[in-house]
Amino acid sequence: MSAKANHSPHRLSEKAFFESSGSALKDPKLRRNFKRAMNGLMEKRRDIFPDASELEETRGRAGGIRRKTLAYFPELLEKLEANCESNGIRVHWAETTEQANQIVLEIARSTNTRLAVKGKSMVSEEMHLNAFLEKHDIEAIESDLGEYIIQVVNELPSHIIMPAIHKNLEEISQLFQEKVDPNRSSESAEEMTATARLILRQKFHDADMGISGVNFAVAETGTLCLVENEGNGRFSTTLPKVHVAVMGIEKVVESLQDLPPLLKMLTRSATGQPITTYFNMISGPRREGELDGPEEVHLVLLDHGRSKIYEDELLRETLLCIRCGACMNHCPVYTRIGGHAYNAVYPGPIGKILTPQIEGIESVGYLANASSLCGACVEVCPVKIPITDILLRLRRNRVRKKNARHWTDLNGGKSLMELMTWKGWKQVLSQPSLYRTQASLLSRIGNLLPAQIPVLRQWARSRSLPRFSKKPLHRLVEEAGIDHE
Amino acid sequence: MKPSCSFPEKPEAVYYFGTCLADLLYADAGMAGIRLLQREGVRVIYPRGQSCCGQPAFNSGFQDEAREVAAQQIVQFPKNLPIVIPSGSCGAMMTRHYEELFQGHPLHEKAQSFSARIFELSEFLVNVLNVKLEDRGDPVKVTWHSSCHAKREYGLGDEAKQLLRQLKNVELVELERENECCGFGGTFSVKFPAISGVMAQDKSADVMQTGADLLLSTDCGCLMNINGALEKQKSQVQSQHFASFIWNRTHVS
Repeated sequence: MSAKANHSPHRLSEKAFFESSGSALKDPKLRRNFKRAMNGLMEKRRDIFPDASELEETRGRAGGIRRKTLAYFPELLEKLEANCESNGIRVHWAETTEQANQIVLEIARSTNTRLAVKGKSMVSEEMHLNAFLEKHDIEAIESDLGEYIIQVVNELPSHIIMPAIHKNLEEISQLFQEKVDPNRSSESAEEMTATARLILRQKFHDADMGISGVNFAVAETGTLCLVENEGNGRFSTTLPKVHVAVMGIEKVVESLQDLPPLLKMLTRSATGQPITTYFNMISGPRREGELDGPEEVHLVLLDHGRSKIYEDELLRETLLCIRCGACMNHCPVYTRIGGHAYNAVYPGPIGKILTPQIEGIESVGYLANASSLCGACVEVCPVKIPITDILLRLRRNRVRKKNARHWTDLNGGKSLMELMTWKGWKQVLSQPSLYRTQASLLSRIGNLLPAQIPVLRQWARSRSLPRFSKKPLHRLVEEAGIDHE
Repeated sequence: MKPSCSFPEKPEAVYYFGTCLADLLYADAGMAGIRLLQREGVRVIYPRGQSCCGQPAFNSGFQDEAREVAAQQIVQFPKNLPIVIPSGSCGAMMTRHYEELFQGHPLHEKAQSFSARIFELSEFLVNVLNVKLEDRGDPVKVTWHSSCHAKREYGLGDEAKQLLRQLKNVELVELERENECCGFGGTFSVKFPAISGVMAQDKSADVMQTGADLLLSTDCGCLMNINGALEKQKSQVQSQHFASFIWNRTHVS
């Protein structure tokens, strides 16, 4: 197969979001795939949490552990570094994704790496590591089946847990025949998995380096934990002579005791599994007398805006996330437009709060607006991240940022229009007599407004226009002689 | 659902906050809420200077504008009386966000008292007034959409459904994905009309699937949105605010 890295440019702009979400909405197959998959995932989660009060308690406990971690964040990171180092894990700090990539490249060069196998890692997606390595003539092969599938067709993950969830079995079967194994038409998932396994076994064997993410890093013991279902994570971290783990700094936890509640919430919230097939606890390179394991283990700790997020008490709750993906599974917007429409590494609700904070509120703040604030994500978040409150804060920060600059500079005249709308709204709604006059006027002529007015036209594409009451309530109240004080 | 201790004894009088959407689009629902309260022997006071809770601007990030409009509401309701609202969404804005909105503001204390006195209509009818309904209407099949803000932000329980279940000629059929957002989301429906529109269509399809004659809910925003999608698809299913529905079926004309 051709192992091309993801070249898709990240077009993080409001216009691009409108285009990509618009075309996703017009793609019935895509919508069917997502709807079916998300319905299945919601059902699995519901089934594994039959007791609402127990769920509440465990969410509280898991959230409490994550909040405690953030309370001692800098100290825990230092402790993690010290204990990893004493376990023989070499720790590298990267403030930016460029620095993180450079660190991985230097390790690759010092170990003569030509081929790297990768376990699933969202942080490596954040770094666009595959493309970077490819540019430097190092092949990076995704070994998670879902990641493997999308790497074959040069796409980005559409979900943080199930990267190829936008494709159905038929589509995957077709691409296997076209790109992976032209000699065989595999129709069953088992056959295709077997084909991928054959190819990947050889890659695991040949690879000079294994790259993985980290789900939890235990500060007190210097242990890197990796949650996975396919065994590819274990292969990637044990077979090649070098293992490089990349991790966002927020994944640190204090002690081993913190793991069970977090692990329980992660697998149950993500896929409805009581436990994953593999849970790896990596505590250093191969020691003398041990039969397997890598000769070198490196941990790259990536900041990429996280310490900035940490500065604000509310926004820091973004860092509680354990990347289970339940927020996207339950999001009515994500379910309809799919993960690719966001044009971002992290789609769905968590992406809407994380991406603007990492990439900049001025340029990506529109993502925080792309929510009906329904709160389905907040309801299922295993660590109780107040996603809607954070969305509101980001919306406010965006407006403030704009106020600080010239409104007309941004987004053509659209922003100015929005500002004027709210100024006008405030003028009317904060003056009772003015409001009542306007309301009476609307009740008389509101229903005559033509559906061609831009705001109404958009609404009217899928809905009839709202109808104004013949008389506003405050008039009915007066006529009925309801007390006013 | 709120613990029962958070509800007061039956008061002699209550304030009524009609909401801007009911004022402009669902005046009958606003009026029905008032009538339902009055029938229980409660004096209803409707301060004339009220307009909007400020949520549209607040949710769009325009906090200063939201605060000015919200401040105008707070001063309209000075007496220590419950404030009843026929909307869980406005209720959520007033109970959950005024505290932060008026932090350090001269009205802060008044805002706190205001927020603490807010009650959504159905929970007030059930938990404070212990309303008993006698159905005078024809047999009808209805279904229920749960407003996201009412349920998840305000924390409203199933009081409105409890009221519907008191009506002997009303068959309440469950709506699949009852708790899924209808796509309104205030300015979301204007800023992202295509996504919002698809959500509304999906919701209306679920509504039609139930075979109900009528869709009911606590919130005018959801009703306006879902009703728009139902009409666009030329559906026979009507929609109504639960207060109108209950009042129309139970009052003696």
